[in-house]
Amino acid sequence: MTLAPRPDARPGAPQRRSLRRPLRRALRERFVEAPLLVAALVSIFTTVGIVAVLVFETFEFFHEVPLWRFLTDTQWTPLFSEKYFGIVVLLSATVLTSFGAMVVALPLGLLAAVYLSEYASPGVRRAVKPVLEILAGIPTVVYGYFALLFVTPILQALIPGTAVFNGASAALVIGIMILPMVSSLSEDAMAAVPRALREGAYALGATRFEVAARVVVPAAFSGIVAAFMLAISRAVGETMIVAIAAGQSPTLTLSPLVPIETMTAYIVQVSLGDTPYGSLEYKTIFAVGMALFLLTLALNVASQSVLARFREEYP
Amino acid sequence: MSRPPADTAPRPAGVVHSRRRAGVPTHRRPGGTAWRARRKAAGRAYELLCLAATCVGILVLLVLLADILRRGLPTLTWEFISSFPSRFPQQAGIKAALVGSLWLLALTALFAVPTGIAAGVWLEEYARRTWLSRVIEVNIANLAGVPSIIYGLLGLGLFVRTLQLQRSLLAGALTMALLVLPIIIISTREAIRAVPRSQREGAYALGATRSQVVWGIVLPAALPGMLTGIILALSRAIGETAPLITIGALTFIAFLPTSPLDPFTVLPIQIFNWVSRPQPAFHAIAASGIIVLLVVLLSMNALAIYLRDRARRKLQW
Repeated sequence: MTLAPRPDARPGAPQRRSLRRPLRRALRERFVEAPLLVAALVSIFTTVGIVAVLVFETFEFFHEVPLWRFLTDTQWTPLFSEKYFGIVVLLSATVLTSFGAMVVALPLGLLAAVYLSEYASPGVRRAVKPVLEILAGIPTVVYGYFALLFVTPILQALIPGTAVFNGASAALVIGIMILPMVSSLSEDAMAAVPRALREGAYALGATRFEVAARVVVPAAFSGIVAAFMLAISRAVGETMIVAIAAGQSPTLTLSPLVPIETMTAYIVQVSLGDTPYGSLEYKTIFAVGMALFLLTLALNVASQSVLARFREEYP
Repeated sequence: MSRPPADTAPRPAGVVHSRRRAGVPTHRRPGGTAWRARRKAAGRAYELLCLAATCVGILVLLVLLADILRRGLPTLTWEFISSFPSRFPQQAGIKAALVGSLWLLALTALFAVPTGIAAGVWLEEYARRTWLSRVIEVNIANLAGVPSIIYGLLGLGLFVRTLQLQRSLLAGALTMALLVLPIIIISTREAIRAVPRSQREGAYALGATRSQVVWGIVLPAALPGMLTGIILALSRAIGETAPLITIGALTFIAFLPTSPLDPFTVLPIQIFNWVSRPQPAFHAIAASGIIVLLVVLLSMNALAIYLRDRARRKLQW
């Protein structure tokens, strides 16, 4: 830093210099700010790029396939000679695995958050939280391996007739994957509940369980709902676990024990093949991607607006 | 919760004022010992339930690691690390994938780190509360929630096709850089926000300009926090598979990339390829590959946690 007075700043030096210096400094500051602003704008360009690419290719897709067929067909066979484009087939598989994942992650994550926020001693918390962070940092391809080669054999032993590729195994493991997210975000919401509310309840003679279940969880409810929505969005966009463990056969079914194909798994399937650029198959992955993007965007925006509108303000 | 206050005042004769006399069973009576014991038991059971739920995550992590070590350790040899992939599982190795992952890591860091830090500095130190800064903030929050495979479609449409970069390392690294950028920006902002106001104001009072304050005061103080976020973001980039499959990174590469324009493969794609095959011998080497990947990731995470703790202990303003 050059904060020292300039050596030529004698009392007799021309007056002009002291007037010009701030101006030059201001100009230099402008030059520093410009690239920083450009860097911040990269995030805007990213969004614009995503929307532009998806909209352009999706538009091309709907040029060849009418929208109503996309929405009303009950089969998904763009890679066969007789083509059907019912997105509902892929969407149902995505909903099935995400719903299964939430059945696992929602109760476990909430209870774990209550434990960490209300019961655990600081020492236990210091030991448990890094473990949950590691769980959150494990690559999804490793979870996919775990689902296919560890969870599926167990399911097959427990429920005879379970296929090698099935939705249940993928859903269970996605549930485990988003568990750290549900518990840490819910715990943050509970930590924001003021101490006075808890102490008031204790003063009335409430047990720890009553404080947790009837004071803390209701007070943190909006934060917990927002956490759940973000977690559902993660489950919907999860790719490798379903691509490895749930199979690649688009089937319209509610059974979690047969092979299915989610939206993300379809994009992977096409990307692994030799699909020529510009072909109809190539365009389908952008149309599916557009549907996926809109779905997750809706969930994220809903999560943010729950936080913004129902946040309890504590002075 | 609603125990009635002790009632000692005299009551009119003939009015039944005791539940015991009125025939209400003792264990329902608020304040009775049995009732209190039941509430305590319920609380205890709930605590155990919560504890069990917390243990599920830890247990799964242990089972997962044990299963991978059991299956993958026997085939984890130096030959495995220094061989190219092969049709025969005994001869297959991860050389190309490991080198590809390191290339991708370096290039992603080159693009994402300066951009992320610059964007974070602008938002924290320069931006006034205008519509532009608000739009950028909301946008970054939303980008962090976009599924990674969508970034893959962006990379395919923009870098691979429009900019004609083909299935090169450069296209992969640019895609990954956009993917991790929100994480770096968010953690940079948090680290900068943790620098106390008084430090900045002291420098301003000495006549420093904004850029001098940023370079001389804010960035050095925020460095450990920023490093933590950067390492976590880069470990995300190493573990990602889906976007790279989407932009068409190859699964079988028997040479090393020598420039950013060469085709490439990475560890997670190699693992995915081996897991997808039906033969158990490939599953074993997939587990060996996972061990290598997890060792890289866990040492990066450990470094991040160490830096974070050191920053917390050192910074006592």
